[in-house]
Amino acid sequence: MDVRADPTRQLVRLRGRSYVAFVFSPAVPIVDWLSEIDATLARSPGYFVGKPIVLDLAAVDLSGPAIAHLVGSLNDRNIRVLGIEGVEESRLAANMPPLLTGGRACVITRSEPVKAEEPKEEPRPKPTSLLLESPVRSGQSIVFTDGDVTVLGSVGSGAEIVAGGSIHVYGTLRGRAMAGVNGNSSARIYCQKIEAELLAIDGYYQTAEEIDVSLRNRPAQAWLQGDTMKITPLN
Amino acid sequence: MAKVLVVTSGKGGVGKTTTTAALGAALAQGGQNVVVVDFDVGLRNLDLVMGAERRVVFDLINVVQGVAKLPQALIRDKRLENLWLLPASQTRDKDALTDEGVGRVIAELSTRFDWILCDSPAGIERGATLAMRYADEAVIVTNPEVSSVRDSDRIIGMLDSKTVKAEKGEQVKKHILITRYDPMRAARGEMLTIDDILEILATPLLGIIPESQDVLKASNVGSPVTLNNADSAPARAYVDASRRLMGEELAMVVPVERKGFMDRLLGRRAA
Repeated sequence: MDVRADPTRQLVRLRGRSYVAFVFSPAVPIVDWLSEIDATLARSPGYFVGKPIVLDLAAVDLSGPAIAHLVGSLNDRNIRVLGIEGVEESRLAANMPPLLTGGRACVITRSEPVKAEEPKEEPRPKPTSLLLESPVRSGQSIVFTDGDVTVLGSVGSGAEIVAGGSIHVYGTLRGRAMAGVNGNSSARIYCQKIEAELLAIDGYYQTAEEIDVSLRNRPAQAWLQGDTMKITPLN
Repeated sequence: MAKVLVVTSGKGGVGKTTTTAALGAALAQGGQNVVVVDFDVGLRNLDLVMGAERRVVFDLINVVQGVAKLPQALIRDKRLENLWLLPASQTRDKDALTDEGVGRVIAELSTRFDWILCDSPAGIERGATLAMRYADEAVIVTNPEVSSVRDSDRIIGMLDSKTVKAEKGEQVKKHILITRYDPMRAARGEMLTIDDILEILATPLLGIIPESQDVLKASNVGSPVTLNNADSAPARAYVDASRRLMGEELAMVVPVERKGFMDRLLGRRAA
């Protein structure tokens, strides 16, 4: 929000701007209230560091020296008070934060400080195989470039499986299977029933049309021999 | 606790709306409090099939956007007093639906009804995903054709990943309903068989609705087929399906071609 005061002489421009600040509303006894603050600080040290804080003293009746003492106590805890509201101006000494008026409530989204990083465990070795216990449905794409993919179920028409290693399907393979995508030419594709739309190993592929009709609906495996793809029945 | 059931398919024209109306009416006939909700914003049909098109004032979008209260938009069926319709808007499109808005409407409906049947639009876009979003159960309507079966497979994958239940690590209970099953064409091997479909979709079967003129006739007079001609084969199949949804175990009836007298006399042409 920018409010521009009418410049009388082009020299000094005054601008108003509103900011969001945390409001502290101390309650009596002040000592107990301060220990509450200490408890918060113990949970998340540095929570208030660098945050603008306003003291709302409407709920308490403090004398000038008492206000000075409160501001000092907060200062000791690294909490700097930006302004004070809800008190007569006469009670504020010149060296104290200024009196504020016209504050409106708003919602503050809490951003918890980042916790100190826990000591990291030894990075686990990456899994070298992926097991899928449900059928792979049409439109789903399973990409696992780190190793083998095993499917307990069918691979639907229009689904695809991309594996760095071999692909094992304990069900009907109706979709696409692409094995050895990282240049692993010894990867193979196995399935209990072959009705695949496309088979590929290390970039060499065959479409459904090229797969021998006599193999269809039978357990089969595909592998690479040089640059030709072999598909043979499994039993 | 209300059950939220989405009737979905992926493919269009397989009979989602007919099924929603027929199952809704059958459940209501069984004594349940039922509301059928049309999610096909912009292409609404459920009001026509339910015969309520002349009584639509407010719709789902109005309720989602807070323009109207839910009781203002609900239309009570004239034949069954415990069957209600929440129509879709014809003038808006699916972008008018919001996730929170739909969730709020479903939550409010849950306090009043035993069953909330969501009639999903075809496709896999916003309308379809929001229709299935809060579902506890799903009826996947499938025709015995490869295109329909593949689309159903896709939808099952989405039910397992895009619903609130799936995101919580639970499962939406899924049922396959095969519609437009033609025994004559099945006998000639011109259609996928029931076994083929179930093998591909790997999901339990809720019922088989035979292809029938009764379905078309009922739609044209604005009546769910289970109300319009309760003795017809499709009506009986829908009633069985609704009883299975209620947890009854019934033997599955596979529609067979009924042979007339002449067929028996002249069944086979000699070679």
